[in-house]
Amino acid sequence: MERSHPAEAGHLLVVDDNKVNRLLLGRGLEQHGHSVEFAENGVRALEMLREGRFDLVLLDIMMPELDGYQVLEQLTTEPDLRDIPVIMTSANDELDSVVRCIEMGAEDFLVKPPNPVLLKARIGASLEKKRLRDQQRALIRRFATPEVAEELLANGFELGGKYVNASAMFSDIRGFTSIAESQSPTDTIELLNTYYTLMFDAISGQGGTVNQMVGDGLMAIFGAPVPHADHPLRAVRAALEMVELVQLFNQGQSAQGKAPIQIGIGIASGRVIAGFTGTQSRATYTCVGDTVNLAARLEAHTKVLGHPILIDENTWQGLGGEIPAIEQEATQLRGKSAAVRVFAVPLPTASPEPQGPR
Amino acid sequence: MPEPPVDMPTLQNLVATTDAAFVQELIEAFLEDGREQIAAMRQSLASGDVQAFQRAAHSLKSSSASLGALGFSSQAKELEQLAKQGSLEEAPEGLERVAAAFPAIEQSLREFGHGA
Repeated sequence: MERSHPAEAGHLLVVDDNKVNRLLLGRGLEQHGHSVEFAENGVRALEMLREGRFDLVLLDIMMPELDGYQVLEQLTTEPDLRDIPVIMTSANDELDSVVRCIEMGAEDFLVKPPNPVLLKARIGASLEKKRLRDQQRALIRRFATPEVAEELLANGFELGGKYVNASAMFSDIRGFTSIAESQSPTDTIELLNTYYTLMFDAISGQGGTVNQMVGDGLMAIFGAPVPHADHPLRAVRAALEMVELVQLFNQGQSAQGKAPIQIGIGIASGRVIAGFTGTQSRATYTCVGDTVNLAARLEAHTKVLGHPILIDENTWQGLGGEIPAIEQEATQLRGKSAAVRVFAVPLPTASPEPQGPR
Repeated sequence: MPEPPVDMPTLQNLVATTDAAFVQELIEAFLEDGREQIAAMRQSLASGDVQAFQRAAHSLKSSSASLGALGFSSQAKELEQLAKQGSLEEAPEGLERVAAAFPAIEQSLREFGHGA
């Protein structure tokens, strides 16, 4: 039998009290290029899972010491082991037990002795799903605070969308194109990296999640995926910190004779449609809806008004007077039939920053 | 014609998809395991441990089927079913039938091993 592509190979644990089954399963898996370890019972299996890194477990149901049900139950309670996919291996007359295992969180099942084609297909599918989940987890770790990531990982990913109340934020660098043209590509990328690091710190410090980065712009969401009732307040606090961090950053820039940057931020609060969207190559937390569009329009409007932070009426109400905001002239924004109330959040120290050159 | 103790196509297919040395290893594992499981069943029957009896019968059913001992596997399955229903009353008779069938299985498997 030919070996499959090593890129799809995984490190697998076969748990079975019967040596014939262990040999047969092990052989079939090794023929597909996987590396395999064996445990003779559930107790040993859990020990090995806690010690090593496994991509997949093939688990027998009826075993001495700890049976397959007990192993499954234990796996779901341990955060480090919870996401390892489990394929039940069973006799063809115990399908009712298999159903129970799948309800308990097992991913799939194989009848022993396994048909080689089915074995290859099911292992391949499970490893692919695990790879996607790991990728999604890595993305979430990168884009969210550790708390958000933990919350998400604990409660699983809801791939369907749902309505949530949240604050959406858009931010970008004013006149970035001319900055990029006036310096070397290396300096531009370094500038962007520093900028993103600062913005991420400010946003995650307030429990927000950055869910989009395009060029010099970013979108963040507050109040989702982890609900925070005070999401407008958190979003505005983050915005103030972002502007402040940029000012500090500019002091360093001018000391090195480099161009300062200015940012504009728009925030809107209300109902958004939120959810995880995933494909084979990319998975992200996405928010869409009128509220999101309004935040983007307000961000664009900062150029017109010369205020770095503009918020909508809902966000202003959500501040409850804790952070002062000054109402601007109501304005007709693209995509809105009626004029929209707009509020500027002044910086605590000085008058609004002048806008940089386009 | 009585059913042969071991289904040869099953074994031949195993050799074709793996190799003769591996099948020999499987046979040795099964013979050792089979004797142990039969002993375990006798012991659990004596002590009235229904669960241990069921587990041993289950294990025997599964490994014997893998090596083509299909009739033997059904007998082990009957024992497993008895235990699953919670009663070992009829088990002694069935267990002795299984134990009596084992040497013929062993002989067939060894003959196959030497021929392969």
